[in-house]
Amino acid sequence: MTNERIKQRLQEKFTDQLTGFDEPFGMLTFEASKELNLKVLNFLYDDEELKFRFLTDLCAVHYPDNAGKELAVVYHLHNLEDNVRIRFKVFTGIEQPDVYTASGLFSAANWMERETYDFYGVNFIGHPKLKRILNVDEMDYFPMRKEFPLEDQSRVDKDDEMFGR
Amino acid sequence: MARPVAYNLIKKPLEADISLAEMPEGSMGEGFFATSLNKVIGLARKNSIWPLPFATSCCGIEFMATMGSHYDLARFGSERVGFSPRQCDLLMVIGTIAKKMGPVVKQVYLQMAEPRWVMAVGACASSGGIFDTYSVLQGIDQVIPVDVYVPGCPPRPEAIIDGVIRIQDLVGKESLRRRNGEKYKGLLESYGIQ
Repeated sequence: MTNERIKQRLQEKFTDQLTGFDEPFGMLTFEASKELNLKVLNFLYDDEELKFRFLTDLCAVHYPDNAGKELAVVYHLHNLEDNVRIRFKVFTGIEQPDVYTASGLFSAANWMERETYDFYGVNFIGHPKLKRILNVDEMDYFPMRKEFPLEDQSRVDKDDEMFGR
Repeated sequence: MARPVAYNLIKKPLEADISLAEMPEGSMGEGFFATSLNKVIGLARKNSIWPLPFATSCCGIEFMATMGSHYDLARFGSERVGFSPRQCDLLMVIGTIAKKMGPVVKQVYLQMAEPRWVMAVGACASSGGIFDTYSVLQGIDQVIPVDVYVPGCPPRPEAIIDGVIRIQDLVGKESLRRRNGEKYKGLLESYGIQ
């Protein structure tokens, strides 16, 4: 199964709704609108030829300059039979970062979506238990968003000049 | 076969069969010895500290070397490393403490009986170290009071032993009334304990 064949199969089903086809390091990558994410994932899962039935990774990326599409949710899928991997992205605005949950389709998405929520604040609609998984419960911000500096801001003993902040 | 380096060529004379703790000041006569209770209890406590290691990362490996035969912390009366906070006198926090781990450290501290001492081993436990980040506690003194800080990343076993000797010094000189005093209570209250 080649990347061209996957692309062709996807375009037969979704016509021009999928955009941004690219092959960085030979891995097929494409985007869809966030409303379509479950439809695309379901199609990739159910299709008798594609059979992308393993969710390797789910994460988010913050692009602060990408107005209206600040957060990207990235799905990495694996066809275990043919050993082919693809990457699928949906973008959402940061004001209302709602994306449908994939946890109904992939059980593995459950904790990965919690982690994504924990660090980027992506609100996965329909997730069974969307609460922080790695950080302390008292944390009141999403630390991987770019507007938050990496260093702990509660520290007073570090001289910014000396520590190069 | 000849070895490239020969060891133990110089015989070292044995200075004493048993190392004894130094005797406190006091008056002595035939059949009696008088000194203050403070000093006797301090002497007993300081030479039988039971450490509770709370080792989370690479400093813990150095601590293992410290407890091993080469550096041998047992020489200082700390042979018995307890893993129950109820029995131990010295909490040794060794390694990075993440913010999520903070309440656990505090819980362990609360489970220890008075008198208790705390030693922060390594840069991370003392100040957060290189982990100046949102997820790491910036020094365990944010959750529990600390008596001795051991610097280093990680500190060598000699440094840890030096820290233990300093703890012994504090333990030996501590007044018996300190833990009932207002100042100590105020310290604990500043950490929200009691």
